[in-house]
Parts: sequence; C-alpha cells; structure tokens
Amino acid sequence: MAYHRYDAVIVGAGGAGLMAAIQMAGKANIAVVSKLYPTRSHTGAAQGGISAALGNVEEDHWQWHMFDTVKGGDYLVDQDAAEVLTREAIDAVLELEHMGLPFNRTPDGRLDQRRFGGHTRNFGEGPVKRACYAADRTGHMILQTLYQQGIKHNVNFLDEFHVLDLLVSDEGHACGVVALELKTGEIHTIHAKTVLWATGGFGRIFSVTSNAMAGTGDGFSIPFRRGVPLMDMEFYQFHPTGIYKFGILLSEAARGEGGILRNGLGEAFAERYAPTLKDLAPRDMVSRFIYQEIKEGRGVDGKDYVYLDLTHLPGDVIDRQLPDITDFARTYLGIEPKTDLMPIQPTAHYAMGGIPTDLNGQVLRDASATTIPGLYSAGENACVSVHGANRLGTNSLVDLVVFGRRAGRHMLDYIRSNDLPPLPVDPEFVARAEVSDVLSRPKTERVAALRHELQVLMMDKASVVRNVEGLTEAKQGVAQIRSRYAHAGIDDHGLTFNTDLTEALELGAMLDCSEALVEGALARQESRGAHYRTDFPDRDDENWLKHTMVRKTSGGLELTKKSVSITEFQPKERKY
Amino acid sequence: MDYTFRIKRYNPDVDVKPHFEEYAIGLEPTDRVLDGLNEIKWQLDGTLTYRRSCAHGVCGSDAMRINGRNYLACKTLMKEFGHKITIEPMIGFTVIKDLVVDMDPFFAGYKAVKPYLIAGDAPASAERRQTPEQLDRFEEATKCILCASCTTACPITWTNESFLGPAAIVNAARFIYDSRDEGAAERLRILNTQSGVWRCRTVFNCTEACPRDIKVTNIIEDVKRTLLLEQL
Repeated sequence: MAYHRYDAVIVGAGGAGLMAAIQMAGKANIAVVSKLYPTRSHTGAAQGGISAALGNVEEDHWQWHMFDTVKGGDYLVDQDAAEVLTREAIDAVLELEHMGLPFNRTPDGRLDQRRFGGHTRNFGEGPVKRACYAADRTGHMILQTLYQQGIKHNVNFLDEFHVLDLLVSDEGHACGVVALELKTGEIHTIHAKTVLWATGGFGRIFSVTSNAMAGTGDGFSIPFRRGVPLMDMEFYQFHPTGIYKFGILLSEAARGEGGILRNGLGEAFAERYAPTLKDLAPRDMVSRFIYQEIKEGRGVDGKDYVYLDLTHLPGDVIDRQLPDITDFARTYLGIEPKTDLMPIQPTAHYAMGGIPTDLNGQVLRDASATTIPGLYSAGENACVSVHGANRLGTNSLVDLVVFGRRAGRHMLDYIRSNDLPPLPVDPEFVARAEVSDVLSRPKTERVAALRHELQVLMMDKASVVRNVEGLTEAKQGVAQIRSRYAHAGIDDHGLTFNTDLTEALELGAMLDCSEALVEGALARQESRGAHYRTDFPDRDDENWLKHTMVRKTSGGLELTKKSVSITEFQPKERKY
Repeated sequence: MDYTFRIKRYNPDVDVKPHFEEYAIGLEPTDRVLDGLNEIKWQLDGTLTYRRSCAHGVCGSDAMRINGRNYLACKTLMKEFGHKITIEPMIGFTVIKDLVVDMDPFFAGYKAVKPYLIAGDAPASAERRQTPEQLDRFEEATKCILCASCTTACPITWTNESFLGPAAIVNAARFIYDSRDEGAAERLRILNTQSGVWRCRTVFNCTEACPRDIKVTNIIEDVKRTLLLEQL
C-alpha cells in the first residue's frame, strides 16, 4: 500500500481548493489532490465576472451586494454568511489582483466593473456595475493565477488521482482520503490531520449542462456515504443561456453588456416579467420566463429554444468584452453573433446546495451546527449558505475565493493545535471493495446507457419546473437505475489509466447526488428560487423558510430542517 | 452520417507497440470529434482512453493529433474532416495509454520560466494600477490553456528534450510584458539560452496549432527582439 502523510489534504484543485492551499503553503505540509491536472478544473470555465462593491465605476456598498445576494437567494441565504461574503469580497478581489490576475481596467488603471443579473444599487433601484472581470474568461484567469501562486509557493500537487473514500478515525475525526492513481492504478492512503472537499459540482446528472464531464459530484457522494449530511440539494440552478443542444454557457455578461433575449416572434419578453431589471433578473426567474414562453408556443419555430440577441451591440464591445462566447458561437453554431441571433436554452449550471459548513468551512454534522473535527468544505461543493435558493451571477467566484481562503486559514490553526489522528483499521477496505466490485460485475448493463437514462430522467422530471408526479417518477427511476447499476460491468480491467473504471465510479456518485436532490425536492412543498413546483407555486415562509438536510442512514434517506440566519433583511416578496 | 475513426491504440499492460484500430460510427457533421470518441468508448469499446473535461475548448485536456495536425477534440467539428479520420496522441511526449501522453515534461517546462507575478509589496486596500493599453501589451498570452497543442506541434520539441517549448515561452512573455511584474530579467535569462527562444526556427506550427488563436510565433519573436535590443 502506498502511504503518504500530510497536515492537510485538499480534494479538488479549482478555485476554492487552490485558494485554501495558498493560505497553508510554506506553513504546513499539504497536498492538493485532483482527478485532473489542476488547470483543467471547472473554475476555468467561469466567464463573466467576480463581484465586489469596490465602487470603481459607480457608487456601491457591500450592504447593497449583501441585500442582492439575500434577495437573489429568495431569502434562504444565511445572512451572517452573506455579510462575510460581500464584505470580504472587496479584499479578496484586490488580493487576486495583487497575485497578478489580469483584470480589465478603467482608463485610469483601476479595476473595471460591469453589470450582472440581480446586482442592484440602493437595495433594488436598478442595475449597478459591480462585476470585476477579465474579458469573458474571468474563471480561467482566476484558475491560472491561483495555480501560478501554487507553483510559486511549492504546493505539492497529486495530479490525476481519483479520490475513492474519506477516512474517519474511530473518534470521529477526519484523517485523510484514499485515492486511485490513474497513471498506475495504484491505490494510495493519504493520511492527514484535516481534509478539505472542494470538488465543484454535479451538473452532469442532467442531460443539458454547462458543466465539465468531470462534474459528477464525487465530493458530495463520498462524504455523504460516510454519514455527512447534504444541505439544500433541491436548489439547482439552470443558467438561462446555454447554447441550444450543447448546453455550453454563454455568459450573463452578454446581457450585462446589453444583450436581449427574444422569443420566436422577435419580442424582448423579459420586460413583461421583470419590468425593472428585464433581462438582468436573476437566473432562476429568467430560466422560468424562457420556459413559459416556450410553453405558450413562442419558442423559435415552436421548438424548445429562444434567441440571445447581441446584434445591436457595438462590434468592439463584442470583440473586447465577449471574445470567448463569440468564438463558441462561431465554432459550435457556425454563426456570427454580430449579425445572427444565437439559439439558447436553460442549461444545468450550479448546485446551491452541498456539504453544510460554518463560516470557516468546517463541516456540520447536523442541524444543531456541531462540526466534524478536521473536516472542511468550500466552493460549489459546500453550502455555507451564501446562495440560498438561487445564486446570483458572479457570486460563485466570490464564494470560492472568500470561503476557500477562510477554510485554508482555519485549517492552518487546526493543524497547529491538533495531532494526527490514527488511521482506522484497514483504511483502504471500502475503496478496494468498491473498485473490485466494479471490476467483477457481469456486463448485463452498460454504464453509459444508465448514465444517459439518469440524465434524461433528471432533466425531464427534476429541472426548471417540478411537481409531485414528476418527482415521484424521478425517485422511482433513480432507484431503478441504481439497482441496474449493480450489474453494469466494464470493458477495461487493466491498471493503467482506467477511465472505464472511473466513469463507472462517477456514475455511483451521480446516483447519490440525484437521490439527495429528488428527496429534498419532493419534501419541499413550496416554490422558492430555483425550486419551482407547479403544485405548490407560492413561497411558504411559515413552513419552509428552512434549509433541508438529507442524510444517508441504514434505513434510507433521512430529511431534517435547519433554521436560516436572518440578521438584516426580513423576507419580502421577490420582484424585479 | 457514417464516419470511420482510425485510432492509434497502445496499452502498456498488453501491447508491445502501438497499432491502429478502426471504428465505424454514426455522427452528425455538427458533432464534435470528442462526441465521436465518446460514442466509441460508450458503445463499442470501453478500453479506449483519452483525457477530456470541459468539452468546449477551455480546459485544455483533449489536445490530440487529428489527420496529422493538433486540435482539441472538443473544439473541432466532424464537418471539418472527411468521412475517415485518423487520431493519434500528440507527438513528443511518452504515451501512457492510447491518446493519453505524459504531460509532466510539459508542465516542467512551464514551471521553469517562473510563471507567476514577481513584484514588491502591493498597495494596501487598493489595486496596482494598470492602464488598458498596458494590459493590451500581454493580454493575448493570458488566453493560454496549457493544452500543449503548440509545444507538441513544434518539430524542435520532437527531437530536443531540453527545449522549453512554445507554451512555456508564451507564459514567460505573459509576465515579461506585464507592467506590474519585476521579474523580466530573470525570465529573459532563462529564455536567452539554447533551450530557450533561440531553439525556435520560426516554422509557425505552434501558431497554426493554437486552439485559442494565440499568435504564438509572434510572441516568441517578440521575446527574441527584446533580448536583442535589451529593452522591454
């Protein structure tokens, strides 16, 4: 058995994981483990911007940003966390600049800022320019910059290690992970005082998604199997503007720069639904506007898509501010955004829910907020909760730098005041059993076919619009796919770079995420943010101004509620 | 539409040397080459091995040689090719399995040029100032996704292991021309060697291969000019 010992092991090399690593580099012995090379992480696909109330272009205050975050999340946001997010965003963005991030600039050399959905001045009066950006590849520049800092600070990277299990000591302390080295097929025990889960999201459970193929929810599933709860899993964001059929993201920055959504009749329909913010209403709402237009027969040619129109924008704005999405339209659609309308549909984009944490990234064991010693999570993998029922555009990048940084700093304190817990007996037992199970299955089912069935099922029954019939079908369907998964053998039984094996393991994680999502969605008998139920179309604060926590038990899934932190802003009707 | 994929396969667990295998599949002309590879892996042969992640040309995982030229499989549509396409791993690095090559030497070249901002203390509670014109000077180089298409398209890389390669030079230039950076002299010293820019023979393969449309050769020439004129 290959054995490594560290102070901290970070699972996932995207923005949150790298930000945490940089806090500890040089001060503790750490390893960053990723199933990819770090620069392949999905943070790199984020496009439009990272918000901070710098007020460089027009008046702004972090309290306005906090209000927008809370209202955008349909009041399910924990307001103590939203305060931390929006206050610390300012310093975090400046820190990225100091690390060398090539932000776009104002003529006098300050960080430029632009509009984004749901971000307003003076508590909702109108759009505000708050998003700092690097063209439409802000996430790419964050990922590159943080990886560069990782190199500078000699962070130890274990590239292309697929994590299989979380290790917990007999006393209940996190004490490492077990991982499969892709290149050799060797299984490694990585023994550490603390573990951070920062593996991104699970958009791949849906058939139309902006998420990378790596976005299979491994970091949700593995702790979940070890008894860690998942919070608010029913809140899954569909981004309004994915390229039709491909699901590839066309940034909200396109609308921030003045782009307009048009239905099959050519109408700019968003203003009918959201008279003040129009196309810049929050994503959950705009995705529902599109759904409604299509349902009422105003999709393009009666089909299930509408248009994103940039043709009225000055050519240099498109070239300078939106070069990557222009390139995507040319490559994948063969059209020219300066003269042609772009066909779009909502695309599965972001998990608001995840591993529940406190403000320092410490994982919560239950609704009473007791923490699991040594266990941390940050970024999309975690649920602090700063996004509540719907995340605002740009706040994902704010989340990963602010809470990645807080988690890293807290882990450093933890490392200094705690000893290395002993490993449990036979630490690789569960991981080896899972791998040998997949390798020894009969091949009466195919992993790819089951995955496709799951993706179509979740898209049809548990996406933008939901109801009890559909969700019940989804629950039964997921259970049925899970039982067939036990017979899904694979072709590749070799040791070297066995992606047939890892794809099968990933499907197991996707099933866990789907099950938790459907459980929360069935339980929550109201509509709030991204969770819209036709059978319960109104928000119900009396019963459901609560987080949900789903936990795996020997008797099946167990759902409990957790209270929401409300400090400044009392829940109000959400209008834009 | 019917397509034939001719793929160079090599599995060190069983093969003595690489060989080609052919697969016939149906695809739309607007499908990505990656969709074709997925179709083969998911329907016909699960042992086919390649890297992929974002599937839209931003993560840099799936650079490979398609009909003799480097492309990202996810950023290239079937309609660009005929009905038979040949796919091979990138040239110049050791093949681990099928289309997966050992990227460690590539990242070693990248790390060798000190690819991070070298600068003194930043102002407290404020950004370092940089005008849009100063950003323009290096912005193109920031688009690099480290896919290695350029480096493995370069004939010098194929025969000379010590050459840092085009991608490393682009990433050095990204900082050399950044008005905030103070490490230009160190990086220029690293590039002013036989394993640095002077190995380049200006054949433009790198520029042609870049899926991000970075004019790689021009950037290398820029560095050469800076070294000759001894001024930024």
